[in-house]
This record gives sequence, C-alpha cells and structure tokens, in this order.
Amino acid sequence: MKALILVGGFGTRLRPLTLSRPKPLVEFGNKPMILHQIEALSEAGAKHIILAVSYLSDMLETELKVQEEKLGIKITMSHEEVPLGTAGPLALAKKWLSEDDDPFFVLNSDISCDFPFKEMIDFHRKHGKEGTIVVTKVEEPSKYGVVVYDTNCKIESFVEKPQEFVSNKINAGLYIFNPAILDRIELKPTSIEKEVFPNMAQDDELYAFELKGFWMDVGQPKDFLTGMCLYLTHLRNTAAEKLAEGPGIVGNVLVDPSAKIGANCRIGPNVTIGPGVVIEDGTCIKRSTVLKETRIKSHAWIESSIIGWKCVVGQWVRMENVSVLGEDVIVQDELYVNGGRILPHKSIGSSVADPQIIM
Amino acid sequence: MMLKGVILIGGPQKGTRFRPLSLELPKPLFPVAGYPMVYHHIEACSRVPDLKEILLIGFYQPSESLTRFIQETSQQFKLPIRYLQEYTSLGTAGGLYHFRDQILSGSPDSFFVFNADVYCDFPLNEMLEFHQSLSSNTRFTMLATQATRQQSVNFGCLVEDKKTHEVRHYVEKPQTFVSTTINCGTYLLSNDVFKYIAEVFQKQQDELFNGSMDTLTYNRDTIRLEQDVLAPLAGTGKLYAYTTTRFWSQIKSAGSAIYANRHCLELYHKYHPERLSKNGEGKPKIIGDVFIHPSAIVDSTATLGPNVTVGVGVCVGPGVRVRESILLAGSKLEDHCCILHSIVGWNSTVGAWSRVEGTPCDPNPNAPFTKIEGDTLFKNDGRLNPSITILGRNVTVPAEIIILNSIVLPYKEITFSVKNQILL
Repeated sequence: MKALILVGGFGTRLRPLTLSRPKPLVEFGNKPMILHQIEALSEAGAKHIILAVSYLSDMLETELKVQEEKLGIKITMSHEEVPLGTAGPLALAKKWLSEDDDPFFVLNSDISCDFPFKEMIDFHRKHGKEGTIVVTKVEEPSKYGVVVYDTNCKIESFVEKPQEFVSNKINAGLYIFNPAILDRIELKPTSIEKEVFPNMAQDDELYAFELKGFWMDVGQPKDFLTGMCLYLTHLRNTAAEKLAEGPGIVGNVLVDPSAKIGANCRIGPNVTIGPGVVIEDGTCIKRSTVLKETRIKSHAWIESSIIGWKCVVGQWVRMENVSVLGEDVIVQDELYVNGGRILPHKSIGSSVADPQIIM
Repeated sequence: MMLKGVILIGGPQKGTRFRPLSLELPKPLFPVAGYPMVYHHIEACSRVPDLKEILLIGFYQPSESLTRFIQETSQQFKLPIRYLQEYTSLGTAGGLYHFRDQILSGSPDSFFVFNADVYCDFPLNEMLEFHQSLSSNTRFTMLATQATRQQSVNFGCLVEDKKTHEVRHYVEKPQTFVSTTINCGTYLLSNDVFKYIAEVFQKQQDELFNGSMDTLTYNRDTIRLEQDVLAPLAGTGKLYAYTTTRFWSQIKSAGSAIYANRHCLELYHKYHPERLSKNGEGKPKIIGDVFIHPSAIVDSTATLGPNVTVGVGVCVGPGVRVRESILLAGSKLEDHCCILHSIVGWNSTVGAWSRVEGTPCDPNPNAPFTKIEGDTLFKNDGRLNPSITILGRNVTVPAEIIILNSIVLPYKEITFSVKNQILL
C-alpha cells in the first residue's frame, strides 16, 4: 500500500520553531511529527510513502533516508513548484498512486491521533466505494466544517460553520481512496475539501469512518500543547512504561533517558522533556514541551510553553500562556515571559509582560 | 547650650497615599531598612550632643505600637522622648504652637523641627554650626536641597542670597517655575518663632470673630509653618537656608519606601556596617545591600538583594529570590518564590513558585537631583499606574501564581493571578 502525506509549506503557524527546522521534524512527544505518521503507516503495511512538499529541505531528506532504511520502506518527495492546495498534490503524485489498483492513504501532516489505519482499510473495503474520510467528534461544531452522513455512514453533505446543529463530526484530515479518485483531480491548485469531496458525496462514493480515540490538529503552538496532553494520556493507556515515574514527577510526563532532572523539582502533569535537556534543582514545569539540549535553571516556573532547542532559561524565570522559544534563545534570570514568541538566537534581557513576538 | 528635636508625625487622615500599609500602623512607624521611619530622625538627633529631648507631635490615638516604640527608642538612645497628641489636626505650626510650653520647658536655645515623612542623611551638626554663625538672634534655618527645574514646583521653592544664604523669597508648590532650590521640611528654629506663630494665630482668631473668615471651608485651628509663618519671613533677614547635597527623599507613597530603603541601606555602610548582611558558609547568598533582622529565618539556599530588608520573624524558604523589596514582620515566603520590587505585608504568605513583582518607580538616576515622582495611583485616563506591588497585612498568595503591579488590601486570600489591579 501507499500513502501520501500533505506536508505543504513552511509551517508558519508553528513559528518560531519552524524557522530552525521543517515542521515535519519538530518533535512532538520526543519524536519528529512526521515519524508518528510514517511509523504508523509502515506498521499498517504501507510500503511507499510520498511526501507532498512545497519546499526542499536537506535536513528533511537526510532524516527520511534514515527512516527508509530503518523501516524498510520507500519514501519519496513530491515537490510542488507552486502550492497545489489539498487536492493538487494527488494529481502531482499520480504516477505513484496509480501504479496499481490498491487504495491509498492521504493525510494532513499536522494531525496527532491514534492512527486507525488498519481499521480504515477494513472499513473501506467493506463499503467498496471510492473514498473514506475519517471524522472526529468536536464540542463546538459551529467553528468547523461538519460532515453529515446517514446511519450506514454514507456521506450526504458538508456544511461549513453550521449556525444550527446538523452534526458534531468534522473531517479529521485522514483519508483512504481508490485510485479512481485521481480522475476527478486536475493538476492545478485545488481544495479537496471544497472541490472534490462534495462531488464524490453526490455520487454516493464517500463514506465516513468514526475515529475512536483522541485527535488534534497540532499545527499551532496552542493546539500543539493540547495535542501533547492528549498524546501523553494516550501513552498512559497504551504504553505506560514509556512515561517517567519517580520523585517530583506528577501525572503523565515523558522524559528522554539522556535528560537530567535536579532535586526538588516538580515536573508535570503533561510535560515532555527532550534528549540532553538539563533541568536544574527546584524547577517546576507543567503542560510544556522542552526540546533537545535545553537548560532550565533553578527555581524557574514554566507552564503551557514550548521551549525550543539549545535554549537557556534563567533562574526564577516565570514563563506561561503559550510562550514559545525558538532555537538557542537565552532568557536571563528572573524574567517574566507571558505569551512571548521569541525568535531563534535571541537573548532576552527584559520581561515580556504581555503576549508579543520578539524579533 | 541646650537643643530639642520636634518631629511632626501627622495622624491617621494623613499619609493616605501610603495605603494600604498605613491602614493599621501609623505611617511614621513603617520600617525603612529595618527601623521605623522616625527612628532614623531620632537617631540623627542623638548625634547632636546638645540635643536633650525629643517630642513627637501628631494626632494619632496613643497605641501600643507607638508607646512601645517610644519606650524602646528612648532607652536605646538614653534620650527622653515624649508623644504629644493634638486634639485635632492643627497644621505644622499649629501643633508647635499648641505645645509651645512643652517645647520651651528647660529653655532650649533653639529646636529642630522635622516632618516625619522624609528620609534624609540629616546634616544636623552642620546645620547647627551654620545656624550659630548667623548674626541675628532671631534666626530660622531651613534645610534645602536641589531639584530639577521640572519637579521643583511640587515642593516648597526658595530663592536664597548666594552670599549670605538668606531666603529672599519662599513659595509653596508654585504653579510656575521659581527656583530649583527646595525646602526639605527640616528646620532649626529659635524660640521666638512662637512670636510669629502667635501673630498668625491672633489674626486668624480675629478674622473668625469679626466674620471675615469662612468657617465652613477654613479650619480655624490650622496654622501652616511654611505658608503662614515662614513664607512671610522671607526677605526680612531672619530666614536662612542651609543647602545639603546629601540624600533626601520624601516618603509619600509605598514606592518611595523602597527607594528610601535602598539609600538607607547604602548609608549603613557609613553609620552601621554591622547591620548589613554578609556572604558566608551556610548563609543565604547576599547581593549588594541587605538587612536581615536577627529574628528572621532565611534558608541558606535563598538569594537576597540588592536592596532588601527582611523584618522581624520573617521566614524565607529554600530557593527563594528577593530583590528590591521589603518583607515586613512575620511574613513567610515558601520555596522557590520570587519577590521583585514589592512590599510583602505583615504576616502575609507567598506560596511556592509564586512571583510577586512590581514596577520600580525610582527617579531617573542619570538626571541629577531628580526626585521620586509625586506618583498618583491612577493615570489621567483612569488606568492604574504601574507601581511596586504591595501585599497588605495577612494576605495569602497561593502557590504558582503571579501578582504583577498590584495592590492587595489586608486580609485578602488570593486564588488566581492578578495583574495591574487594586484588590479590595
């Protein structure tokens, strides 16, 4: 089987992290975001994974070479010269996707969930039609485009930001299609959601698969953190041995074995600590991600923040409210950072009392 | 020769800008660098060999704290100190006049008068020397200092004769610029000042009884030393200015208490080096000038300073950071909390990993003679001016929150983070 991952552009929503490395390589739960998907696809039997990218990155290619060997699969880059939207990349990758009659997966790269690829295949084969969309339940459907389908899961229509309740299921950004779908798509910028799916629904060719577990679009910092909490909870239920235990660890905490945590700290709940990170004594971290080789000095207090690679956070620093530090940022002692987005290689010498971007 | 010192300590209706810290303790007893404001005046008086008695005049009800302070300080300096209570607010000269017999008892040659709400490295002996060098017997010396042109209008402004130092002109808080030389609110007066106060008193009483004074809007008892008595003496050859360049600041707002605290600690290098904490094995880390009361318990892993005063019985936990702040008696700081530019009230508690932070409102250090701003609480648009953070008495701050640029009134239990607010 094959899979197409829609990676797209520069990941501007996840800046300043994506100023240092391509979004697929930003670690989510101590693993590059794209690897969560590649590994799950490989496990479900995918042998050829195509990444639709609109930029070229040596860093990304090198990493994917490593994964190719490790997993014994083929990974291809499909490079868009102009951004082709969410459907155009399928046309661009047609030569690979139509090699045989097997259905193939398509997924948005920002999705974190317990990928149900095997169940999707079964479901898809059972109804035998052209496409399956994974749908997930949301609390406030009026913020999204919802999917309306019948009791047999056959999709009837799509309603964008419904004012009155019609459904609480939204498109989760995971699909499985028969190669026949490629006849519907031209090689030009096209939206699969707006221009392809409605026609397929009209032709009774589209079914909805309900996702059981957690789901989150982690393409921006706030949702990245929410998604991380869901992911750690998922780990607790499925692979609790991966989570850290011990004095000072509270709730679901993921700590790389090479990280060092000092005395009298309180780490958690919902914290991810990357490789080579040093957490000095008396530090409190909650609902945050600390990336590779960063140092958090004594008595700091960090909540709901993403600390980039190779950063130094000073003593008695307080950081909260979705602050994001880019790579190699230094926050000097005793500062307060409230919702600050700090660009890479910056040294911060005064507090950021209100949410703002520090160039 | 015999001298006396009179300290005007005001009363509960005064010092409102110092709330909420003055709600329960007379403001003159508020500690600066570990000792009540007026203690520093008394100590300065004790360095004048011929000064034999100190009188505190004000309209506070006698209280245990005031009585105990007077007793202890009197014993320490072996100087009689008495509190004379006005029946109402009589004004700076009215209070002196009302208690003139007490002041004149024992026939002092002259007497110092202090406003309690200033902190100054008082040059009293120098002032006395200057005073005695004046030829006239009826002589009044006013301590003066320099201010910026812009800020001078917030003070009493005086114009002096450069040679003789006679005050040629005096005006209180003028609307337009008059002079950068300002009145420090400290005087050395010869006894016949009462003759001039009596004249003002008589005139006011006459006006009262012949009906020319509006008794509804005018307090019949109030006589102001600056405007009513000294200003008319300018240019008569009786009023002189002794100008100092030593530290001087008013303590009107709580923010100025932190400013005064810093300078007072700095002066401890000169007068009381033993009061300043030093670094050492098993002791907390000290940066710059820090005063820790001997009864306070400070964990060895805490870091204090610069400019920190730790009061009686304060408990500072492991990993705590305190900078530019005053911790009042009985307050408790739990592990890893961080206190910056703040005053932590009596018996208040700050929880683990919490942050209590204010905005410094110090005068610009690069402009000479700049004073601390008149600091109103609110801007013209009604928004709160960023200020130091003040926790009133018995305030509880839970763990892991932030209190930023806020004033918390006494006995308040805070449950969530607070920024730029006054919490009633």
